[in-house]
Amino acid sequence: MTEPVLSVRDLRVTFPSERGPVEAVRGIDFDVRPGRTLALVGESGSGKSATAISLIGLQPPNARVSGEVLLRGRQLVGLDDRRLSAVRGRQIGMVFQDPLSALTPIYSVGRQVADAVRVHSKLTREQAWDRAVELLDLVGIPQPRARAQEFPHQFSGGMRQRVVIALAIANDPDVIVADEPTTALDVTVQAQILDVLEVAKQQTGAGIVLITHDLGVVAGHADEVAVMYAGRIVEHAPVGELYAAPAMPYTLGLLGSVPTPDARRGQPLVPIEGEPPSPLERPAGCPFSVRCPLAVEACRETEPDLAEVAAGHLTACLRAPEVTGRRPVEIFPRAELPDPGRDGDGETVLRVRGLGRTFPVTRGAVLRRRVGTLRAVSDVSFEIRAGETFCLVGESGSGKTTTLLEILGLRAPESGAVEVLGVDVAAIPSPDRARELRRAVQIVMQDPQGSLDPRLPVFELLAEPLRAAGYGAGPTRDRVRESLELVGLPPDSLDRFPTAFSGGQRQRLAIARAITTRPRLLALDEPVSALDVSVQASVLNLLARVKVELGLAYLVVAHDLAVVRHIADRIAVMYLGHVVEVGPAEALFATPRHPYTQALLSAVPIPDPVRERGRERIVLAGEQPSATDLPPGCVFADRCPLRPSLTDDLQHRCRVERPRLRPAADGTDVACHAA
Amino acid sequence: MTASALLTAPGPAAPPVRLGRTRLYARRFARNRGALVGVVLLAGLVLFATFGSVLTRWSWSQSDFLALTRPPTTAHPFGTNQGGNDVLAECVHGLQRSLVIAACVSVLTMVIAAVVGAGAAYLGGRIERVSLAVIHFLLVVPSFLILALVSNRVAGDWRVLIVVLTVFGWMLNARVIWSVSTSLRERDYVRTAEFMGVARWRIVLRHIVPHLGALLIVNTTLGIDNTVLSETALSFLGFGVKPPDVSLGSLLADGASSISSAPWLFGYPSLLLVVLTVSVMLIGDGLRDALDPTSSSGGRG
Repeated sequence: MTEPVLSVRDLRVTFPSERGPVEAVRGIDFDVRPGRTLALVGESGSGKSATAISLIGLQPPNARVSGEVLLRGRQLVGLDDRRLSAVRGRQIGMVFQDPLSALTPIYSVGRQVADAVRVHSKLTREQAWDRAVELLDLVGIPQPRARAQEFPHQFSGGMRQRVVIALAIANDPDVIVADEPTTALDVTVQAQILDVLEVAKQQTGAGIVLITHDLGVVAGHADEVAVMYAGRIVEHAPVGELYAAPAMPYTLGLLGSVPTPDARRGQPLVPIEGEPPSPLERPAGCPFSVRCPLAVEACRETEPDLAEVAAGHLTACLRAPEVTGRRPVEIFPRAELPDPGRDGDGETVLRVRGLGRTFPVTRGAVLRRRVGTLRAVSDVSFEIRAGETFCLVGESGSGKTTTLLEILGLRAPESGAVEVLGVDVAAIPSPDRARELRRAVQIVMQDPQGSLDPRLPVFELLAEPLRAAGYGAGPTRDRVRESLELVGLPPDSLDRFPTAFSGGQRQRLAIARAITTRPRLLALDEPVSALDVSVQASVLNLLARVKVELGLAYLVVAHDLAVVRHIADRIAVMYLGHVVEVGPAEALFATPRHPYTQALLSAVPIPDPVRERGRERIVLAGEQPSATDLPPGCVFADRCPLRPSLTDDLQHRCRVERPRLRPAADGTDVACHAA
Repeated sequence: MTASALLTAPGPAAPPVRLGRTRLYARRFARNRGALVGVVLLAGLVLFATFGSVLTRWSWSQSDFLALTRPPTTAHPFGTNQGGNDVLAECVHGLQRSLVIAACVSVLTMVIAAVVGAGAAYLGGRIERVSLAVIHFLLVVPSFLILALVSNRVAGDWRVLIVVLTVFGWMLNARVIWSVSTSLRERDYVRTAEFMGVARWRIVLRHIVPHLGALLIVNTTLGIDNTVLSETALSFLGFGVKPPDVSLGSLLADGASSISSAPWLFGYPSLLLVVLTVSVMLIGDGLRDALDPTSSSGGRG
């Protein structure tokens, strides 16, 4: 084993707060070796980000950091800002989650990279510029010399993250700290960026600290994994060992609750009960004991230390021997899902025909003039029947959310037609009927933090749709209580404010609010993407149960195919405002026919290092272009991995003729000339 | 790892460790020394304005013809003016007038500003354009001049002064509230409420105005300062409160002419004015720090 470049010993980070000190990190140890990737995995509040920022001394000034951070034997904790500045960027490179705020908007990217080079070396301006162009080339920016002159806003999200990586490796660092480097990116871009990070590692020989919540990303790119929970490392093992034989119930539970794209449909996810504890109210003993089905008395009394269970495999669990070698379902209680019944034989609750929506693109601050048209949605058609879950899947900019909002607006769409319960929304006969339709269609938004007004108590929040629908005080009270019970929250929640609830509970509240009016159709906009993995599973299971109990139809908008896998009956894949493939979930996952669907499925990382590293992946080039200038032919032609292998004739056809959805096998419709 | 993340054990949720919002704000406010000093000073002034008349046996409209332009004595602790009026009694009355005018005007302007600003921002379209046009037009009009002319016409009734100051005082706040509200209307809970079919005016009152709470409270407090100053300025120039009624401004105007021969006539009212504005300023600053979740000067224990 080579000497570690970075050693962390007993690192502790404490933040003061109104309710007393918050111990975000409580004594962690790890080593990073050159050319190796250590992944710190954890949910929100586990202390992984606090670890990242204290490694590079960027914690807020009121935070207390103690312990040792040894960079090639030199202690960094306690150094003043000036000394740390000489280390940051030179010996430690940083890649942050949001590439937009990591770059200064007023300087060209070339200048920013060149400046990063010049801060730590004696190069002239011209030499630094050349070096910057070289670095931009290395991270895969096309025409680096020309694009170096451009500004961050002229780059797409993935390109910006490449620039940030170029900044991180500008001075050939010993360690790269990457804090959720791909969380803000689309899944097909995520695959590219992870590859760039791999290139950066090889080029610099640096050790990487990869901080993430995504077990799929870890499986594909880490050498060692440290799982964090409640401010401590609870399991530390080589990547293969961790996934094959986790020895801590939390790790096992996490693996069981991650939706995977290749799971069978209707198979319930194994949720971990409860939610991660707040740093202010950690239970005595093992912090996971309150959620752990294996906890015994001893677990609740003392917090176990990390102990070796196999060579290089450390676990902080008293019951590790009983955990090793078991599957999640054998330990965690399996959620019982009611039989979904037969799909798609109910009445049609929503019919969308040729829906289109454009936005004007304007330029100029004083004299606004229209310079183009953004075709967010072009010609989208589908039907949803009672009891069915229909998913619109696509990356950001695919028009899936616009479609959802157009439907929910219950107004005549710009083009096409929307029918709710058989009524065309462009011609609603009476105000009573309009109110009834409003009642029949409700929404659950992505982020429960934003969708629940923080200044209203829960009762008021849940009563709002009922009041809008004209219910009296008595029925309102009954319905609110009923809904709260349905989503499994205690009745005393009614007098509390949303801030008193955790993320998963808030999403339950949002669901409770959406079902108070007993709607027929529930629109779910990325319903679990803002939640922690261990909480996602229980919310997905809840959605499945509520659907059957109330006979709802779901219209789900999501970017995560793995999540969709567990709830969808039918799926429509969208790209640049077009549906490129639509069909039953089973068929679509088994044999994706459109090259974009194939790429999208392939880009989802699988949380299993053996399969993840062994499989053939389709990594798409480039990113989804803007929908201002749609090509006359197939909208996907520019990125299509299939196109080079096609005959010239067909290639030409892709260029000039836009493919229409036409039936393929298994009830699937595909819009591709070559499929 | 923020303090708002909360423990929730499985089964019935543990009672929330939530500090009541009010208590949290109170605690943050109390940590600010200056703000506390401000509260004490303002409380003293209000007590003085309300019960100060017991400190002297003279009423503010009475004249003591045996003591014209006397420096402070035991009979007249603040002295008397040229007409033999007791300056202490006049100060008590003037402060009362000024405080009542200031409080009324700043609350009224804030209500108007909140409704117009938030309404314009949320309702959008033509309503927004018209409201903004009115606001911008009134902002460029030299309002002080108009104030002076109008209040001169209606001859010094303090209630009219309240109306006039309100009518010309709400625009700047409305503009600020409008720009803050434009970001609030994009919030998810506003969009959700729209999709649920909640009436638009209800959304403004339930989901937008309450979120301006901190801004409204702080601006109302600081607005008191502004109003006191405009009122005193108007009265000082002779356009505001007119004799026989008195306010701090008219007292200052009277005292200014004899500042070298009878400094107590100017000194006591101006002392009161300074204490009043400083205390309100301190309270406003303290409120801003306590209510603004991002301010670090709010302190964290």
